[in-house]
Amino acid sequence: MHTTLRVAQINPALGDLASNLDMHVAEVDQAVADGAELILFPELSLTGYFLKDQTSELALPPDAPFFAPLLERSKSISIAFGFAERARDGRLYNAVAFLEDGRVLHVHRKVHLVSYGMFDEGRDFGAGSSFAAFDSRRGRFGILTCEDFWHLPGPYLYFLQGVDGMLVPSASPARGVAERDRDEDGAARLRSAVVWSRLLEARALLTQTFVVYANRVGWEDGIGFGGQSCVFDPFGRELGRLPALESGRLTTRLEGSLARRARVQTPLRRDEKVWLLREELARLEREGAIS
Amino acid sequence: MTPAQRATASTAMLDVQVELVQQLLVDFLREEIGRAGFSRVLLGLSGGIDSAVVAALCAEAFGPKNVLAISMPYRTSNPDSAAHARLVADAFGIPLSTIDITGMADGYFAGVGLDSRATGSDAPVALRRGNVFARCRMIALYDQSVVWGGLVIGTSNKTEMLLGYSTQWGDGAHAVNPLGDLYKHQVYQLSRHLAVPEALIHKAPSADLFEGQTDEAELGFSYEVADAILVRMVDERYSEDELVDEGFERELVRRIARRVVRNQFKRLPPVIAKIGQRSINHDFRYLRDWGI
Repeated sequence: MHTTLRVAQINPALGDLASNLDMHVAEVDQAVADGAELILFPELSLTGYFLKDQTSELALPPDAPFFAPLLERSKSISIAFGFAERARDGRLYNAVAFLEDGRVLHVHRKVHLVSYGMFDEGRDFGAGSSFAAFDSRRGRFGILTCEDFWHLPGPYLYFLQGVDGMLVPSASPARGVAERDRDEDGAARLRSAVVWSRLLEARALLTQTFVVYANRVGWEDGIGFGGQSCVFDPFGRELGRLPALESGRLTTRLEGSLARRARVQTPLRRDEKVWLLREELARLEREGAIS
Repeated sequence: MTPAQRATASTAMLDVQVELVQQLLVDFLREEIGRAGFSRVLLGLSGGIDSAVVAALCAEAFGPKNVLAISMPYRTSNPDSAAHARLVADAFGIPLSTIDITGMADGYFAGVGLDSRATGSDAPVALRRGNVFARCRMIALYDQSVVWGGLVIGTSNKTEMLLGYSTQWGDGAHAVNPLGDLYKHQVYQLSRHLAVPEALIHKAPSADLFEGQTDEAELGFSYEVADAILVRMVDERYSEDELVDEGFERELVRRIARRVVRNQFKRLPPVIAKIGQRSINHDFRYLRDWGI
């Protein structure tokens, strides 16, 4: 596996599908011109984030004709973007579509909806129920939408499925400005960016995969999104990062040979005891210790 | 040093990375105002620390020439207030205009009367006068916003909003508020970083609604202790007992907690009676930024 990846750190307009589609098309065309083969957009990149009652007004099925300009371009570049999905049965999902060769190759429905603090996704979306890896021309990937990446099962399941990389679209608000969170070298930094970086690095290290984080920027009703999209390699090393508050484009080469080396050096997947997890889960359930 | 003094003296829980706050707030102002279709703003410049900080942020976000500061004295206002407003406007290169609200306010008072014997009301005169001044200033700002072609920027900080130390539809009326998530201590930190004139940083905060008034004398506690209690109560979710364990007086903790609860009405839009299927602010749910 080897591919040239573009992360598009954009500022979608809240609820404006047409202008956001134009923005996606422009980003895709620029990525193609720059030689990228895969482009990742942030969570709900086509709609904006705090949709509330706009959710049902903006939701589209994955095969909607509206996506045609992106489908057409997916013949020359693989495209992953966020949208509000209307399923055939009427349920709405916080979804990510992966387009390739002019078709929808995969749709991930966010599993771990956030409904605490400033978030209320459980009110507007149904929860997805799977972490299915998929094979694309660019490699084998798993998608984790923002909070999906905080819980252990998603990254673990993708690790078991042997993905080359995990794609993590996000709409993470910038927050936490305490002086005590200042970097050791004196540079200012957001608490939210610090914890995300640690999480991304640790997951890359533990799963020995590429971890690609695409966060958005911009403000919705006083909540600012923190950007700092970044990429980590299978050794947990940062390959690149965008700034916090402005739109930007990050281009990185993902070389499968890095994953091969990391997995030879420390064969985590080979030594993983899936049977132990299965048996222990069964035992704990029998004993009523977990639900 | 008492335990309460020790807890108050350590500002580790309050201290912010000032350059990061500056960057966030300038970005916030540009985007929220720009999206609404405006490139100019205006604000009331009182001569106090809060409006000085907002003036500095707006000057950076929009360019000083796109910010209109308005000083709005009443005849009994402390002359220092207008002088300090001038200092701030000059420091940040912002145009300053003055609108004397004496005629407005006195005209109203003359019409309705303030004397309790005449009106048959025991409503406190000082409170009524203070609220009328704040609302006269709101009228002037919103009227001038049409002339100027810009939006009114708020200057209320988190401490006074939580305590309800403001006039509803007066100083509490504005389009967007960059300081609403900053405690008074953090506003002071930011003021030093933004090089607000020293005279404003060192004077006692005052609403200047009557002679010799200071916020802290009127509230009955210092901003220092209010910030120390509020940041624990609100941001860190301490219980009353946990605050008392840290050394704060239970009675003061309760007094501040009561103020936070009783003033919730000032922080939210008016309550609407739900009658139909889909009601504004109940289940008609859209952001303010909807469609702009």
